[in-house]
Amino acid sequence: MHVGLEHYLVVTALLFSLGLLGVIARRNLLVIYMSLELMLNAANLALVSFSRFTDNLNGQVMVFFIITVAAAEVAVGLALIVALYRKKQTAHVEDLTTMKL
Amino acid sequence: MAAQDYLFYIFAALTLLCGLLVVVNPFSRNPVTSAMFLVLTIVSMAGLFVLLHAFFLAAVQILVYAGAVMVLFLFVIMLLDLKEEERRKIRLFGLITGLLSVLAVLGVVLKTYLVDSRLSANLQPPTIEGGTAALGTILFKNYLLPFEILSLLLLVAMVGVILLSKKDLK
Repeated sequence: MHVGLEHYLVVTALLFSLGLLGVIARRNLLVIYMSLELMLNAANLALVSFSRFTDNLNGQVMVFFIITVAAAEVAVGLALIVALYRKKQTAHVEDLTTMKL
Repeated sequence: MAAQDYLFYIFAALTLLCGLLVVVNPFSRNPVTSAMFLVLTIVSMAGLFVLLHAFFLAAVQILVYAGAVMVLFLFVIMLLDLKEEERRKIRLFGLITGLLSVLAVLGVVLKTYLVDSRLSANLQPPTIEGGTAALGTILFKNYLLPFEILSLLLLVAMVGVILLSKKDLK
């Protein structure tokens, strides 16, 4: 069977759900952040495959922007995690319950 | 099946397997292992980009993600000096509901993809090439303003990170 758009989209969906599972199931703040990156990458793959199969380069420019924003986001998020670790001495979500009512 | 199809299956399997090992690794719960498998996921995803003729994006993916972002991740992991995540008792209720919601999301997405036959019906055979020249032309012709705004965003992020990592954070 020839590999078409659906094949790529199925991979995208599976990868996105893997990232979602990581965000829900893992308890380490850094691993949760990595799962977020996984979800972001799944979206990128979907955009690139749509761009390929609809003959339109705009999707790839979008992915270029997303990669840049993701780099900035990772820098800010990791700085936040480091600041949080300095204050609380932990990177476990179960120990960070200050905002719980 | 053409050679490209085989390559697609190889890279897709690698991506999914390494992605799975990022999230649930039966052998180690060390975040460093997760980061290493994330690097592998990103590299094999760059292979998928090449198969989709997005050559420039494949290069950027490896340079920015596997290079810069993952080095940042590893740097922070080393900086925090995390102990191996000890086996806390897993709340079964939370795990089951989480798994169910993930499966629901996956089911909805797959159903949308696979049932909708319009998705593949009226697509012409792809001809575009995502090389540096084509992407650069469209980037600096149609997307010049967003590009400049993006540079401002990077500046803001840099200032924010420096402010956040000051010693006496109020």
